[in-house]
Amino acid sequence: MRQVVTQRPSGPPEGRPAAARPAGLRPGWLVAGLAAVLAALVAGVSLGPVSLPPGSVAVELLNLLPGVGLDSGLTEREIAIITELRLPRAVLGLLVGGLLALAGGAYQGVFRNPLADPYLLGVAAGAGFAVTVVITAGGVGGAITGLPVTIPLAAFVGAIGAVTLTYLLGSAGGRSRSPATLILAGVAVSAFLSAGQTYLLQRNSDSIQQVYAWLLGRLATAGWHDVWLVLPYFLLTAVVVLLHRRELDVLSVGDDEATSLGLHPQRSRYLLIAAASLGTAAAVSASGLIGFVGIIVPHAVRLLAGASYRVILPLSMLFGGAFLALTDVVARTAAAPEEIPIGVVTALLGGPFFVLVLRSARRVLG
Amino acid sequence: MSAPAVAVRDLRVRLAGVPILTGVDLSVAAGEWVTVIGPNGAGKSTLLRAVGGLLPTEGAVSLFGTPIQQLRRRDRARVVATVAQSPVVPAGMSVLDYVLLGRTPYIAPLGRESTADLAAAHDVLDRLDLTGFHARELATLSGGERQRVFLARAFAQGATLLLLDEPTSALDIGHQQDVLELVDQLRRAHGLTVVATMHDLSIAGEYADRMVLLADGQVAAVGTSREVLTTELLARHYRATVKVIDGEHGPLVVPVRPTSAPGRMLEIRAG
Repeated sequence: MRQVVTQRPSGPPEGRPAAARPAGLRPGWLVAGLAAVLAALVAGVSLGPVSLPPGSVAVELLNLLPGVGLDSGLTEREIAIITELRLPRAVLGLLVGGLLALAGGAYQGVFRNPLADPYLLGVAAGAGFAVTVVITAGGVGGAITGLPVTIPLAAFVGAIGAVTLTYLLGSAGGRSRSPATLILAGVAVSAFLSAGQTYLLQRNSDSIQQVYAWLLGRLATAGWHDVWLVLPYFLLTAVVVLLHRRELDVLSVGDDEATSLGLHPQRSRYLLIAAASLGTAAAVSASGLIGFVGIIVPHAVRLLAGASYRVILPLSMLFGGAFLALTDVVARTAAAPEEIPIGVVTALLGGPFFVLVLRSARRVLG
Repeated sequence: MSAPAVAVRDLRVRLAGVPILTGVDLSVAAGEWVTVIGPNGAGKSTLLRAVGGLLPTEGAVSLFGTPIQQLRRRDRARVVATVAQSPVVPAGMSVLDYVLLGRTPYIAPLGRESTADLAAAHDVLDRLDLTGFHARELATLSGGERQRVFLARAFAQGATLLLLDEPTSALDIGHQQDVLELVDQLRRAHGLTVVATMHDLSIAGEYADRMVLLADGQVAAVGTSREVLTTELLARHYRATVKVIDGEHGPLVVPVRPTSAPGRMLEIRAG
């Protein structure tokens, strides 16, 4: 069979404009994303009740690299504040924010729905319900008496259980199943579990404050333990989702066309949903329910850097992480010594920030 | 004798339990242009989707002698390219990126475009007179320009069989001719096989080597445009009153106002 398109031996003509390249992550944006992560890390470690000079903090961060031994001028106590308290918290913020934004971007691509967020398929409701069960069942310090069930574990199991239930309900229609039926199943599962949670809270009104403290999200108790727990899920989710970034671009033309281009849309969709849900469940188990990051960061990236998922996904991961780590700085310093729930701060800061991005993008794009 | 580009035997398709195609036989020779016509709901688009491997079917569909079930998706995508009736226009996607989607069957799973893929996409853009459009956002193009880009994506697939579902439905008469001339030129230049569905019978007859009239999920007539576009067949299957005039490249079908058509006239009640 003859092929219509033959490879042009000489390649594209010389001097094509830059826009003649395919969509992809431009080095400038990658540098900006990495710089944002670094800035968030330095800010997260420098700022707090004990003020530390950012320059010394940067030197101390460099000292963590193998073979580096510079004098930062900080005392041992100050170094301990950095390495044992603030650094794990900032890193956890980067991981959780990166996961939520990455999962949100992936969900928006998988469902071809700009309103999709990582909690679309019931992760939030499942985690919330399970945590409420643990707390109202007599949990002390996060563990049910006599049972080794901690709040993070309950949140993780609840989140995964809810997504599994959503998948089973959404697939019940056999061949008629579609992204829309999956979203509807997610709405049904979320409504059911939220109703269960409300019932439990009504019956145990003394637990309301503890449950809501978790629902509003926090990085307050973060230590290296939380970081090591989340890190494997972060890596797994990031690898799976980022490897599929071109497939998400192909899926944007619809299932029929993606199939005619040689893809297996259903298979790609469920793999991405599984990876994004697993990452979200891990994030939720470590930090509670932090809204806004998963939906707004991918949109801001889309407006500023481009609509291809090859751009949206890696940049969402970087900027989502930086956004949450910086938000945490505000959450713990704005009303010091009290901490504002981080979920409240993400919405308070994220709303105006997004309006700003929207206005800038309109000005730039005309 | 080489295998036909498309061989369909006793093709049956049900959608949501409703039978759409009920035993279709069709053979399309390599290099041929076959246009499928028929009234709304006859199953034209379903037939195209079935030939493209996009639907679960009963019966047999073979492409260039290979049963479609034996072709892996990526291999099938190198053989057959489909342009849907109303392709989705992804927000913010550039013309170049859209055309590059056509290279998907040549890109390793989870891989990215090579320089050869980029060269192939530019090659197609050049051929379809779209060179200056590569950076334009697809959503900002006019209907005619957009249709050329849809075709460019299909050509970038390097397939030898093109399935075009109503390729001119959203275009004015000038752009209809532009698009069909372009397809015909490329077909002749590269030995492509074209199976298209169309509603405009006159223009369909001008370009097709053969026509297939589909009605109620079955083939009602097949032959040259002069054999299929007859007053009698069109009256029977479209329930339309038409005049068929002999044109230079085929019959021209002109709808005329029926003098009386019991049961088909709309009742307009005054007040």
